[in-house]
Amino acid sequence: MTLLSVDNLSVRFDTNDGQVSAVNGISFDIDRGQSLAIVGESGSGKSQSVFALMGLLARNGRATGRAVLKGKDILNLPARDLQHIRAEQIAMIFQDPMTSLNPYMRVSDQMAEVLMHHKGMSKSDAVASAIRMLDAVRIPEAAKRIHMYPHEFSGGMRQRVMIAMSLLCEPDLLIADEPTTALDVTVQDQIMTLLKSLQAEFNMAMILITHDLGVVADSCDDMLVLYGGQVMEQGKTVDLFSNPSHPYTMGLLSAVPRLDQKTDRLVAIPGNPPNMMSAPSGCPFSPRCDHATDLCRSSVPPLVAMGERLRACHYEKGAVS
Amino acid sequence: MFNLILRRTLVAIPTLLILIVVTFLLMHSAPGGPFTSEKPLPPEVLARVEAKYGLDQPLPLQMWNYVVGIVTEFDFGPSFRYKDRTVNEIFAQGLPITLTYGTLSFVLSVVVGVFLGVWAAIRQNTWIDYLTVAFSMLAQVLPNFVMGPILILIFTLWLGWLPGGGWNGGQWQYIVLPVIALSTSFMASIARLMRSSMLEVLQSNFIRTARAKGMPESTVILRHALKPAMLPVITYLGPVFVYMITGSFIIDAIFSTGGLGYYFINAAFNRDYAVMMGVTLLLGGLTIFFNLVVDLIYGWVDPQIRY
Amino acid sequence: MAGSTPRLGIDMRNPIEIKKVEQMAENLAKMDPVKGRSLWQDARKRFFKNRAATASLVVLGLIVLFSAFGGLFAKWPNDEIDWSMLGQIAEMGQPSIQNGHYFGVDELGRDLFARTIQANQISLIVGFVGAAVAVFVGTLYGAISGYAGGRVDSVMMRIVDILSAVPYFFIVILLLVVFGRSIIMIFVGIGLVNWLSCARIVRGQTLSLKQREFVQAAQAMGVPPFKIVVRHIIPNLIGVVIVYGSLLVPEMILAESVISFLGVGVQEPQTSLGVLISEGTATMQYGTFWQLGFPLAFFTLILFCFFYIGDGLRDALDPKDR
Repeated sequence: MTLLSVDNLSVRFDTNDGQVSAVNGISFDIDRGQSLAIVGESGSGKSQSVFALMGLLARNGRATGRAVLKGKDILNLPARDLQHIRAEQIAMIFQDPMTSLNPYMRVSDQMAEVLMHHKGMSKSDAVASAIRMLDAVRIPEAAKRIHMYPHEFSGGMRQRVMIAMSLLCEPDLLIADEPTTALDVTVQDQIMTLLKSLQAEFNMAMILITHDLGVVADSCDDMLVLYGGQVMEQGKTVDLFSNPSHPYTMGLLSAVPRLDQKTDRLVAIPGNPPNMMSAPSGCPFSPRCDHATDLCRSSVPPLVAMGERLRACHYEKGAVS
Repeated sequence: MFNLILRRTLVAIPTLLILIVVTFLLMHSAPGGPFTSEKPLPPEVLARVEAKYGLDQPLPLQMWNYVVGIVTEFDFGPSFRYKDRTVNEIFAQGLPITLTYGTLSFVLSVVVGVFLGVWAAIRQNTWIDYLTVAFSMLAQVLPNFVMGPILILIFTLWLGWLPGGGWNGGQWQYIVLPVIALSTSFMASIARLMRSSMLEVLQSNFIRTARAKGMPESTVILRHALKPAMLPVITYLGPVFVYMITGSFIIDAIFSTGGLGYYFINAAFNRDYAVMMGVTLLLGGLTIFFNLVVDLIYGWVDPQIRY
Repeated sequence: MAGSTPRLGIDMRNPIEIKKVEQMAENLAKMDPVKGRSLWQDARKRFFKNRAATASLVVLGLIVLFSAFGGLFAKWPNDEIDWSMLGQIAEMGQPSIQNGHYFGVDELGRDLFARTIQANQISLIVGFVGAAVAVFVGTLYGAISGYAGGRVDSVMMRIVDILSAVPYFFIVILLLVVFGRSIIMIFVGIGLVNWLSCARIVRGQTLSLKQREFVQAAQAMGVPPFKIVVRHIIPNLIGVVIVYGSLLVPEMILAESVISFLGVGVQEPQTSLGVLISEGTATMQYGTFWQLGFPLAFFTLILFCFFYIGDGLRDALDPKDR
C-alpha cells in the first residue's frame, strides 16, 4: 500500500471578494524512501497544498479531494484526530526557523513536549532523547545548548533544531516547506545534505517545497511543477531536467544560471506571477507564454500522460519548443 | 537585573526630587497659606503659628529639612490642618484602605480581563467575542464616577443588599461595590488588549509549528501563545496602576471609604501642604517601584530582553 | 530608552489605539513620497466609505451645532432658578415642553436644557483645546528631539522618561487648587498631562523620516535645519498628529469631568458635562433620572463619536493596506 496517495486535491479560500482558488487538482503518490519536489513561484499554491494535508489552512480555507495515508483519508479530519497524525506520521518543517520556533520557550521545552505528548515520556527522558537527536543533526554541545532560547542559535543551527524536533517521533513522511530559503547559500547545502542523510537513515518519504531548482536536482526523485495553482508538468526529476516538455518548465530551467555556459544576460520569464484573486481563464500560464494562442487563454488544458510523465498543455512538445 | 534596579533607582531620584520641588514651589507660590483661609488670625499669632511649622524659613531650607526628615526617619512632618496629627498618622489611616480595595481591584481586573480576552480570542466571532467587545466599549465610556452611583442605586437603594458607603474596618460588604466600580473599566480595557494581542499571536509562525507538532489546542493556547500575548498587557499594567490611583480618589469620594484620596482632596481644599506633599510623594514612589516590577516581569517573560 | 520595556502611550487609556497610531506612524514614514501626494485624496474617499466614522462625524457635527446654537431655543437662561419648582423637583421637574424646561430642571431648579448646552460647550472646548495644546507641545518637542538626534535627543527623551513617572494628576489638582480654577488653568493642566506620549510617537516617526531621501536631499542643498523640520518633517507628521489628536479629545473630556467631579474643575456658574453628571448621580436616588440622563447621554455620544472618527481617520490615512 502506498504511504500517501493524494487525489485531486484543491484548496479554495472564502474571501470578501468571493472565492479564490489557490490549488487546483493536484494528485501524486509517494512511498517511504521516495522524495517529491513541489516546485513553483511564490503564490503558486505549493505551500497551501501541504498545509491542507496537515490541516493547517487558515480559517477561511477549504480543501477538497482525497489524501489517503496508509489507507485512511486524512483530508479535513477534525483537529483532534489530526493530532495523532501530526509529528507521529507526518512531520513538517517550515521556512523561517527564527519565527517558526517559539522565541519565548527554551528549545528543551519545545522539543520535550513533543515526546511527552505523543510518546508519554517523562520530562527527563524526553530531554535526553531530544539531546540525542540534536547530536544527530550535528549541533555541537547539544546537552548544554538545548536549554537555551532560539535567538541564541544561528540561522543554520535553528533550522537543524527544527529538523531534529520534527524527527523526534520518527515520522513516515517529512514535509519541508522551503527549508533553505531563509538561509545563507553555504548553509543551504549543509541542510540539504543533512536532510538527505536523515531521510535515508529513517527511511522516510520526503516532500520538498521549493522554488529553487538547484536544490531539486540534487535531492528529489520526482517533481511536480505548479503554476497558478495548477500542475504544469509532473514526473521524474531526471526526465524533466534533461527533457522539459512544458513551456513553463523550459522557462524555469533556462532561467537557472549555469557555470558551464557563458551568457551575457540572465534569462527570466517575462511577466509576473498571477494574481489569484482575478485568475485568468484558460491556462494560468498563458499570459506569459510565448506560444499562447486563443485556445490557451480560453480553456484550461487537461493534465495528460506523455510517456512516464504528466503534462498540461494544449500543444505537443514539438509545437512549442 | 541588578543593573536595571540600579539604573531605575538612579532615574527615580531626580523624579522624586522634581516632584518635591515642583509641589513645594507650587504650593508656596499661591497667595495665602494654610492658615489664612479660616477665620483671620491677628498677625502676631499668624507669625507664631507659621514659625511653629517652619513656614517662616526660606524655601530651600524648608525643602531641605523636609527631605532630610523623610530620608532619615521616614517622617513626613505634621499635618497643617489637623493640629494634632502627623502626616504619617494620616498615612496609617488611609493607606491600608486604599491598598486593600486597590489591590483587590487590580488583581480582579487582570484576572477577569485576561480570561475574557483569551476566551474572546479563541472563540472569535461568537457571542462571547461580541459580548466582550461590547462590554469593553461600554465600560471605557462609562467613567467610574458614573458607575459608582449607579451601583449604589441598584444594590443599596433598590435591592438593599450592600451598604452604600463607608468602610467599617474592611468588612467584605463594604469592599464589594468599591472594588467593582474601580475595576470595571480596567477589566474592559485589559480584555480588549488581551484579545487583540492574542489574535495577533495566534497568527504567528511558531503557533503554526506548535499545531504541526500535533500539540492539543489547549497546550498551544496556554503554553505557546499566552506568554507572548501577555506582553502588551504587562506593559499596560504600569499605566493601569497610575489610573487606579486616580480612580481610587473618585471611589473615596463616592463611597466615603476614607482612603488616601479622601485625605488628599481634603488637603487640597484646606491647603494642607504637608498632607498633599506626603501623599504625592508616597504614591509617586509607589508608582516608580511598581514600574520597576513590571519591567522585571516583562524581562522574565521575554527572553530576548534580558538585563 | 534601551533595555527596558517598550512603553505604550503611558498616559492613555487606550493602548490598542496607541499601538495602531504607532504602526501608522511607521507606515507613513516608510511610505513612498509619490504615493504620499495621493494619500490625502484617497484618505477622504476611504473615510467616507467607513460608515461608522461618517455617521459619527455627522452626529458630532449635530452635537456641535446644537451646542453652539441650541441656546437660541432655550426658554430659560442657564443660571436662573425657577422658583415654582423648588421643593418639588422630583415631582414637577421632569422634562416637559409646556414649561419650557425641555430637559427638566436640576436640583436647584435651573433649566437643564440651557445648562446642558453650556456644559457641552465647555466640555467640547476643553477637549479640543486641551488636545491641541498637548499635540502642539508634543509634536514640536518630539520633532526637534528626533531631528536633532544624538545627545540632544537622548537628553530630551530622558527628560520625557522622568516626567512620565511624575503622577500628573496630583500636579494638575495642585495647579488648579493653587492658581484658582480658571478655564485657562484647566486647559494648561489637562494639556500638560498628555503631551508626553505624543512627543514619543512624533520623535519615533521623525527618526524614520530623517533617513528618507528627500530630507537628505534638502540637507545636501544646505537648507537650514529648522526649515527642514518645518517644511519637510512636520507635514509628514500631520496624519499621525491628526489621528492622535482625535484620540486625545475624549481623554481630555474624561479628564476634565473627573476633575470636575472631584470638585476642583470649572467654577460656578459655569458648568461642564462632568459637573452635571456628578450632580446628576448625586440626586439619582430621588428619582430625578433626567438630571443624569441628558448630560450622560451627550457625554457618551461624544466619546463614542470620537472613538469611531479616530479609528476611521487612522484607517483612511494609514498607507499600510494599499
